[in-house]
Order: sequence, then C-alpha cells, then structure tokens
Amino acid sequence: MTTQLLTYIFVGITFALYIGIALWSRARSTNDFYVAGKDVHPVANGMATAADWMSAASFLSMAGLIAFLGKDGSVYLMGWTGGYVLLALLLAPYLRKFGKFTVPDFIGERYYSKTARKLAVVCLIFISFTYIAGQMRGVGIVFSRFLEVDINTGVIVGMAIVFFYAVLGGMKGITYTQVAQYCVLIFAYLVPAIFISILMTGEVIPQIGFGSTLVDSQVYLLDKLDQVSKDLGFIAYTENAKSNIDIFCITAALMFGTAGLPHVIVRFFTVPSVGAARQSAGYALIFIALLYTTAPAVSAFARMNLIDSIQDQPYSTSPSWFKNWEEIGLIAWIDKNEDGKIQYSSGDALENVKPSYQELRGPNGQRLLENEPNLSNENEIYIDRDIIVLANPEIAKLPSWVIALVAAGGLAAALSTAAGLLLVISSSVSHDLLKKTYMPKITEKQELKYARIAAAIAIGIAGIFGIYPPAFVAQVVAFAFGLAAATFFPALFLGIFYKRLNKEGAISGMLGGLLFTASYIIYFKFINPDINNSDFWLLGISPEGIGCIGMIINFALALSVSIFTKPPPKEIFDMVDEIRQP
Amino acid sequence: MKDKTHQYWKANLKIVFSLLVIWFIASFGFGIIFSDTLDQIRLGGFKLGFWFAQQGSIYIFVIIIFLYVWLMKRLDKKLSEEEEI
Repeated sequence: MTTQLLTYIFVGITFALYIGIALWSRARSTNDFYVAGKDVHPVANGMATAADWMSAASFLSMAGLIAFLGKDGSVYLMGWTGGYVLLALLLAPYLRKFGKFTVPDFIGERYYSKTARKLAVVCLIFISFTYIAGQMRGVGIVFSRFLEVDINTGVIVGMAIVFFYAVLGGMKGITYTQVAQYCVLIFAYLVPAIFISILMTGEVIPQIGFGSTLVDSQVYLLDKLDQVSKDLGFIAYTENAKSNIDIFCITAALMFGTAGLPHVIVRFFTVPSVGAARQSAGYALIFIALLYTTAPAVSAFARMNLIDSIQDQPYSTSPSWFKNWEEIGLIAWIDKNEDGKIQYSSGDALENVKPSYQELRGPNGQRLLENEPNLSNENEIYIDRDIIVLANPEIAKLPSWVIALVAAGGLAAALSTAAGLLLVISSSVSHDLLKKTYMPKITEKQELKYARIAAAIAIGIAGIFGIYPPAFVAQVVAFAFGLAAATFFPALFLGIFYKRLNKEGAISGMLGGLLFTASYIIYFKFINPDINNSDFWLLGISPEGIGCIGMIINFALALSVSIFTKPPPKEIFDMVDEIRQP
Repeated sequence: MKDKTHQYWKANLKIVFSLLVIWFIASFGFGIIFSDTLDQIRLGGFKLGFWFAQQGSIYIFVIIIFLYVWLMKRLDKKLSEEEEI
C-alpha cells in the first residue's frame, strides 16, 4: 500500500473515533458544556490536559526548532514543562476550590469588578486566537503534504470535525476526545523516535540513545554532532549561542505564561475535588514529559541524519523526501558553486530568507528561485523547521505506516488544542460577557445556546486564519505567552496569596503588564524589525522573553497601587480564606 | 478554629516555598546559570549541564508535583483529624 493510502486510512479511523466519542458524550447543561460536569477522573483529565496543551507547535515544530537551535532550544523544553509546577503549586487547587467556570470569572469575582472581568476577557480572546492560528497552519501542512489535498480543503475538513465535537459536546465532548487524541499523538511520536534510536544507537529508549554511542563506533552521538556542526560553521550543538540573561528571561516568560494560559487553567475546573486537581496536574505533566523528554532526542537524531543524507549529495540522486518538500515549498536549493551537489552550512542561503519560486526548472531539475543567493556564506539550502518531525521518518527510511501514523498524530495534536481554545473563547463570551455583564437575565438554556453559537463563530474565524494565514504566526506565539505571563499570572497568583490586593491594584497591574509587553513586542517585531537584535534590546532581552519583565511590572504596579487605595470589602477576605481551605 | 486554619495555611506555604526552591535550582540553576560549569562533568554521552537543560529538569518537575500531592494529602489529613478531636 502506498503511504498516501495508509495516511487516508489512519486519519479516517482516528476521525471516526473522535466523532463517535462526541456522539457518546453530548453536553446537556452549561455545567457539562463549560466544565464537563466536574466529574472527570484525574488520570483522564491529565491526558486531556496533555493533549490540550501539546499543540501543533509541540508535536510538529518543537523538535525541528531544537534541531536547529541545539542547546538554546532548551528554553522550550524547560519553559513549557516548568510552568506546570507553578500551575500545580500556586494556582490549580485554589481555582478548583473557587469552583466557577472560567478564568475571567475568578478575576471578576475576586476583584469585585466588571471592568476587571472585561479586561480579562479581552486578554483571553487575544491569547487564544493567536494560538489557534498556529494550529490551523499545522492542520494545513499535514493535509497538503500527506493527503495531497489543497490546504484550504484541509482546513475546512479540520474545522468541520472540531465544529462537530466542540459545539455538540462542549467541554465534556472535548475532554473525552482529547483522551483519545493524546493516545494517538503520543503513540505517533514515540514509534518513529524508538525506531530511529535503535537504528542510530542500538538503544530502544530514545532518552538513553540520545546520550549513547553511535552504532559500530566508539563516538558519542552528541560529540559527533558537536564536531560536525563546528565543521559546517555552526556553533557546537551542546553549547548556547544566546546570552544567559536572554535564556533566563525566555524560559521564565514561557513558564509563567504556561501557568497563566486560560485554556490550560480551565482544565482543572473539570475534576471533582481540590485533591484531584493537584493529582491531575501531576498526571498531566507525566504525559507531557513523555513527549518533551523524547523531543530533544528526536532533534539530535534528525540533525545528524539530515546532514548525513544530503551533505555533498548530487541533487539528481538526492532522496525523494527532499524533492517532495521542495514541491510543497518548504525546502529550496540554490546551487551557488554550480557543482550540482547540495552543500549545507551556517547562514541563510537566500536573500530575504524565505524562498519564492519561479515556474522554471534548473539544469538538475530543481525549482529555480526568484531570490538572489546570499553570497556572504556557502550554504545552499533553505529548510523550513516545521517539517523536521514530519520528514524525520522519511529521512531515516522508516516503513510507510510509520509516516502515516505521524500524520494522524500531528492532526490529533492540532485539533485537540484548537478545540480546547475554542471552548475557552466561547465560554468566556457566553458566560462572562453575556450572562455576567450584558444579559444577566438569560436562562441556562439560552446561555448554552449562546455558548454553541459563540463556538461556531470562533471556529469560523479560526478557519479564516487557517486559509489566509497571517504572515506573522510564528512571531505572535511569543505574544501569547508574554501576555499570559504579564496579565493573568500575577492577577491570579496575588488574588490567592495576597488578600489585601484590591481592584484598583489588579486592574492597573494587568493594564501595565499588557501595555508594556505588547508595545515592546510590536515595536521590535512589526515597526522596527531591522533593529531586532541584542544591541537594541532592553538589558539584552529579546521580545520572546520580555513577558518576564512585563510580569515584574504588573506585580510592582499592582502592589503599590493597592497600598495607596482602599482595601477590598470584607466578603473578599472571607472568599480568599475560603478558597485557601482544601 | 481560626487558629487551626491559620496554621494549615502556614504549613502549606512552607511546603510550596521549599518545593519552588528545588524547582528554581533544577531549571534556572542547573539548566541555565551553572549549566556551563556543570558541562565539565560528563554523564555517559551527555555533558551534565546540557542534560539538566534538556532532560533532568523535566524529570525533577514531575517529582516535585507528586511530592506536593503527597505532602498536601498528609497535611489535609492532619487538619481533618484535628478538627474531629
């Protein structure tokens, strides 16, 4: 059977499974729709949280990013897992005890203010849509490469599936579908990693193979990789290129951002008790760690394999994956020295970095480019980092069912996250904006109807992002984490641990953090991208890490404004006392 | 009663604070600040600082959360037993 047919079968089976689960777990009340009836088992919730959290970025992009960044890539590994420690110890149990439906719900009630609630809804919608755009791009890549359908058709199919189970099942449908999606995605991630680990190092466990010697040699994989990287003009794989302060701040922004992401926090509202919320965070991190400790091994294997299979190869005999991805437009080759062979080294191969192709073919059959070659280096290839995980099984020459499996896994990762995000958007619109602010008189049944309508509209907008992807998807991801760290984390943390914090403090803190972080990122990413380098950055901190400073500003403003304004009413003190009890 | 909940909260803060110290040392300490120094030591094919940054810190995070679950369960039990007396 061909890879394409196998991919259709695998994707078809998994989609049928998701729809079946959605039919079985329909939501009947707002309680079902928003928080799955609050009776999800901690292990199931852990799996659902893991699937919710691990997006197309974790599944498709992260290993590729690390393969090119080497040790600098550790910021993603530590940042996106360490946040769970903060979540488990500082937020999840207390927010579960509070026992409402959404994150703006907590902020609105704790700071006894509709303004605070609305501000929280705005931040939430911005963060969530930023994220969804990335998921839809992931769906598009998988569909176009493996099912050879148009990206737009792919996005519409993905939207239809999510629409079906998110609108019908709400949180309940999403939770149980995510459990299935976790199983699919982790299996799809581990199988090729184990295969490649055995092929390259003879070790079954990738986490061990990563630190072992190569097959038929006494040389450690990482030492070889360091050597090869240096020979090609890159920095050694196991050394940092970024400054320590920047790495520190990016890691911190990702950690605090993770702890402040509404679609992750809301998962802890679905378990039956405070104890279950704590346990659930632990299980979630185990399930996440399974992928996150495998990812850096995959990165190292992929980098090694990539260099081995193309360096100094004539283009005419280059492997088929190389040409397939070139057809999609995610690989490009420009024969600078006109020897017909592929040379890979450090630096951007092309002027303007991203390739734009001509209709014509070159003498070796390669796609010719509009771009001028970048003559300051000898690198001849452009490789989009997002393809590494998808191409990895092909590069390592694994059987075609493994490749099909990876495609189904990538879709599971993207769809599960998209569904979770859509749910927090729709519930904050129907619950926080309509029920709690503008239309307090609506019945529960009407609220449920509005939640479904909001979910449907949100899916539509997400689909438009997928079909007309904003050119800045990658840049705005930094935005989502930076904003979550600079707005939600301090407001939630202080709301629980500092009773005296009043609404004036919380609102000015959130606004200050939001404005500072947003303007810093917008300035360097959109207004003045030419000077986006460490000479101009504040204290040498990149826009990716600035959320960390935004968070400190939020804390400082919130505390100082609070001291000079009048304390919150007595009910708030009682409420905080109440949520501190198990 | 008021006193007991106060004690519970203080004990809770102590647990959270000590675990966060471990969290900080494992990630920001070993994985970033002292990473280059730790790289002098080798763990099989890994340099130790690199291992902490890409593997070790994550394992420690998992352990921290389960330690927390266990310690809090013990604390909750103590509180409910005292309330019964």
